[in-house]
Amino acid sequence: MIEFTDIRKAYGEDVVLGPVSGRIPAGGVTSLVGPNGAGKSTLLTIIGRLAEPTSGTVTVDGLDVHRAKSQDVARTLSILRQENHFTARVTVRELVSFGRFPHSRGRLTKQDLAHIDDALDFLHLGDLQHRYLDQLSGGQRQRAYVAMVLAQDTRYVLLDEPLNNLDMKHSVRMMSQLRRAADELGKTVVLIVHDINFAATYSDRIIALRDGRIAASDTVDAMMRAEVLSEVFDTPVQIHEVDGKRTAVYYR
Amino acid sequence: MSEKRLPAAATATAPIRKGLPVAARLAIAGGLAAASALAFLFLFIEGSFEFAFERRLTMLGTMTVVAFAQAVGTVVFQTITHNRILTPSIMGFDSVYILMQTLLVAVFGGGVLAVTDGMPKLITQTLLMVGFTMLLFGWLFSGRKGSIHVLLLVGVVLGLAFRSLSDFLQRLLSPSEYDVLSARLFGRLSSAEPGYLPLAGAVCLIVGVVVWQRRYRLDTLLLGRDAATNLGVAHKRELTVMLLLISLLIAMSTALAGPMTFFGFVTAMLAYQMSGTHRHIVVLPMAFLIGLITLAGGQFVMEHVFYASGMLTVVIEFLGGAIFLAHLLRKGTL
Ligand SMILES: Nc1ncnc2c1ncn2[C@@H]1O[C@H](COP(=O)(O)OP(=O)(O)O)[C@@H](O)[C@H]1O
Ligand SMILES: [Mg+2]
Repeated sequence: MIEFTDIRKAYGEDVVLGPVSGRIPAGGVTSLVGPNGAGKSTLLTIIGRLAEPTSGTVTVDGLDVHRAKSQDVARTLSILRQENHFTARVTVRELVSFGRFPHSRGRLTKQDLAHIDDALDFLHLGDLQHRYLDQLSGGQRQRAYVAMVLAQDTRYVLLDEPLNNLDMKHSVRMMSQLRRAADELGKTVVLIVHDINFAATYSDRIIALRDGRIAASDTVDAMMRAEVLSEVFDTPVQIHEVDGKRTAVYYR
Repeated sequence: MSEKRLPAAATATAPIRKGLPVAARLAIAGGLAAASALAFLFLFIEGSFEFAFERRLTMLGTMTVVAFAQAVGTVVFQTITHNRILTPSIMGFDSVYILMQTLLVAVFGGGVLAVTDGMPKLITQTLLMVGFTMLLFGWLFSGRKGSIHVLLLVGVVLGLAFRSLSDFLQRLLSPSEYDVLSARLFGRLSSAEPGYLPLAGAVCLIVGVVVWQRRYRLDTLLLGRDAATNLGVAHKRELTVMLLLISLLIAMSTALAGPMTFFGFVTAMLAYQMSGTHRHIVVLPMAFLIGLITLAGGQFVMEHVFYASGMLTVVIEFLGGAIFLAHLLRKGTL
């Protein structure tokens, strides 16, 4: 279970997040949604210990992520940021191999190689594995990054907008792969998604942020209601049933 | 974003990377380095073998230390700064050294350099250079905003300030004192203080072991702070350790051969090109070997072809600077 308590983040006088508290149970898919600048990335990077909170604590399975040994945290959770720029020119396979670092510290064992192959397969990157990252389309690169964090084989996987750069087909594929990672590999997936309908279709829970606070947090069914979403996104949202699924319509 | 699938045979089995395997590349570089070292040591000895050989052996030792320090220092520095064209001299290491030597001469007169040469001076000098880096680093990273780029910027500015101060002091010197000083401030492989070699060699060895233990961790640093942290690397601690090691290396090299700016750049650049990979397990030894080939081979050529044995470091810095400029112009960006 991920538990964050009284998390606050301020830049100088500017409080951009919190204080917020909450729990994300182990297992399943949890989506963070909310308008631009709501503090989603801030919260996720603090949970993933890439940023220090101004105050507050985060524990993941009892491990205080900001105090524990970095290597122990890296075997428990993996996190992928929204933007990734690597200076090194690496191939897809090399990148995914990095995911094994917390376990093998660089010397790959047979078991590591198996994990790398699995992660490549899982994201259908087998054919592209020897390509350099700069020889890939934005979407393919995004999949390579996700493969790296999956190869890390942590119980918790945090992803900041993994659908960035993906077209419709690959967005659907990515979401169903993450769903599979939760269902078949027993991972706890926490991700930031822009499209509320994607969040509704593939997650178990939705946490909505607005102005640095948690505006609502519940199961998908409870969240997919017109009043809740209109309030969160500060724009009129209607809910329609499409094939028995609640779908948000907000284009007008 | 259409996803064009190349025929599986073309992609799945055959890597796009081409050329020799890394082991062969390293073996070739190793062979060339050994050949240069042997040629420098044994060929064209005139007069007393013993005298010449001993002199050359000392010089080869100096070259080994300088090549190692500059090559490893630069590769690691480029890794932690995410930049393939910087060298540690941008941090102002050299200007600290220049200022120290200038101050010594300005205060105590020209004779002081020769008189004070020895272990205490080497150690003081090293401590000052290492202390300078750590102070800068500690100060900048005590706040949360510390970034390596701010560190570099402050390093550049302080370096400039030290250099201006040195220039000013040098103007006050008498011509003869200035001569003594400037001889010291140019690279001088052939007249390096032999007494420094054992300590410098030991420092390089120790630093080499520590860096080698961290070769895989250095690879993850190439992915940037966040990705490295995600992989369980204590980013800030690694940065501190690496900067400390780099300042030790550069202090050793500078004490032996004077300040060098472009030599490290050239070895690192060639090492990346010859290695065909970013992995430190290959690039680090490759850079050292290339550095050694450049110095030993270069000195051999300078001595026996151009009859200008004292000029090697000047020539290397000049050519290195030219390559640096060409590289910059071709890339069009830092
Ligand atoms: N380094 C920073 N300095 C100052 N403000 C920041 C910084 N990073 C983010 N912010 C601010 O924090 C708020 C939340 O940002 P973020 O968490 O990225 O939002 P989002 O929900 O879109 O991911 C925004 O208003 C943003 O401008
Ligand atoms: Mg964001």
